[in-house]
Amino acid sequence: MNAIDIRGATKVFNPGKSNQVEALAEIDLAVEPGEFITLIGPSGCGKSTLLRLIASLISPSTGTVQVNAKPAEQARLDRDYGMAFQTAGLFDWRTVTKNIELPLELMGWSKGNRRRRAAEMLELVKLSDFSKHHPSELSGGMQQRVAIARALAFSPSLLLMDEPFGALDEMTREHMQDELLRIWKETGTTVVFVTHSIPEAVYLSTRVVVMSPRPGTIASTIGVGLGDRSAATRDDPAFFRKVTEVRTALRKVEE
Amino acid sequence: MPNTHAGADMGIGAETDDPLVREHRIKQQAAQELRRDAVVRIVRQTVTFVVFLGLLAGLYTGYKAFGQAIDDRQHDWAVVGSVLPRTDDLNMPPVGEIFGQFLETPGGQNQIYVKILFDEALFTLREAFAGFMVGLVIGMAIALALAQWRRIEQGLLPYVIASQTIPLIAIAPIIVIWGRKNFDVFPWEWQDWMSVSIIATYLTFFPVAVNGLRGLQSPRPENQELMDSYAANWVQTLWRLRLPASLPYLFAALKIAATASIVGAIVGEISSGVEGGLGRRILREAFNYTTGPDRLFASVLGAAVLGIFVFLVVTGVERLVVGRQDRGATA
Repeated sequence: MNAIDIRGATKVFNPGKSNQVEALAEIDLAVEPGEFITLIGPSGCGKSTLLRLIASLISPSTGTVQVNAKPAEQARLDRDYGMAFQTAGLFDWRTVTKNIELPLELMGWSKGNRRRRAAEMLELVKLSDFSKHHPSELSGGMQQRVAIARALAFSPSLLLMDEPFGALDEMTREHMQDELLRIWKETGTTVVFVTHSIPEAVYLSTRVVVMSPRPGTIASTIGVGLGDRSAATRDDPAFFRKVTEVRTALRKVEE
Repeated sequence: MPNTHAGADMGIGAETDDPLVREHRIKQQAAQELRRDAVVRIVRQTVTFVVFLGLLAGLYTGYKAFGQAIDDRQHDWAVVGSVLPRTDDLNMPPVGEIFGQFLETPGGQNQIYVKILFDEALFTLREAFAGFMVGLVIGMAIALALAQWRRIEQGLLPYVIASQTIPLIAIAPIIVIWGRKNFDVFPWEWQDWMSVSIIATYLTFFPVAVNGLRGLQSPRPENQELMDSYAANWVQTLWRLRLPASLPYLFAALKIAATASIVGAIVGEISSGVEGGLGRRILREAFNYTTGPDRLFASVLGAAVLGIFVFLVVTGVERLVVGRQDRGATA
């Protein structure tokens, strides 16, 4: 059973109107459980749109999107996935703990269970000391870690991330990438990650999906296969070869 | 488990190799300084207020002395008394006499003036508060409807705005007359002060509706998408996202609405002739101006104090409800 199965999905915004936009054309993509997939491509290539199709925040114009072998809409209602956005999107009026508890509240968890799970998640993202803080008291990187904890709080089998580290500085970003990989390994969650950074895509994923714009299509998929990542990976010639491979694929797309 | 210390205590200087935690420590110290600053700020504001009042009284008295000094020399000086107000005791009673009035017992009364004003202020406050609460409910209902249905927003908003252009002084007597004759649909007996409350409601609902709408629409698209990703329904999204997000906007409106409800109640009393409140008091003192100008000044001061009081109450409630959030935002 595939974690994600997309067949012939297209997306046209404002069909029939003067501002009609063909965002995605004929997307076919299958993601196996436990994979870390990165969607990369120039802006306007529809990578965020594709992510939102998987999340069933928008529906495809034609074709089908299945998550965990059921329609994406049903997967959303079943809360099969957690989502993180470019801005952490934490609620300022809630403490860190209460932010992580938000999805659990909506799912009707008891107060005790919520507290316990939030504490576990804070431990996972190494922010146990900040449970009672408010988001505005945290740095950008810490806010993103809370957002990841929130997305994973109800143990979804799938994590959807839309350029979550895009607004972070380079040092924090690399730190967060290592954190995310650690969490991915500890939880075994399937991850679909949108980025426009080539090194980030190569460092994180098992497979990089390169997309081309107007209308958005999948130009190529590149298996990475670098094994366990560490600080040394970033200086590894094999890492650079993959970066070059993805860059070449992106150049072709731009032509 | 590296990097996690026992309890919520995160003493500065504890060992850590996490750059984010280190960065946080620095922010933490800054936050502590901010809290110290808050105490200093309150003290400074209070001192500033007292100094400001003193300055106002000084200016008033100084101008009065200046005008009289000129008056003594040359009776018809061009500016004072023609462009600027005359400075004799009828036009500008001395500050001491205005404040002294508070402790005097007016003829035919058995209470000192400040006690009379206090009772009448309570009467006006009751009218204003009832009107304010009803206006809050109506304003939020309109804001919710407008936020929910965009079509309604475009169609109804002009009428909401137009409603505020109708002069209050004109509709106040109508409402009182309707109240006496027509409002027997209510399960309780309609009292005249309730008609004044309607006028306060009329001034209150508008800022609540307009700012409430802005607040309900303030969450970022990602926040809405987040709630959608959890398959949250309309009520859950309203309760957990839109309402809390609207609170800072709402309180900005409530500060305006609270003082407007007092103005509405006073104007309502004056133009409808309802007895017992500060509006009626001000009207009576205006009639009796020539015999007691300081009493009019004193009653107007009473109205000002009532306005400041309700403003401070709303500010206090705001601190309780969203204080934490606000402090964070300024940090």
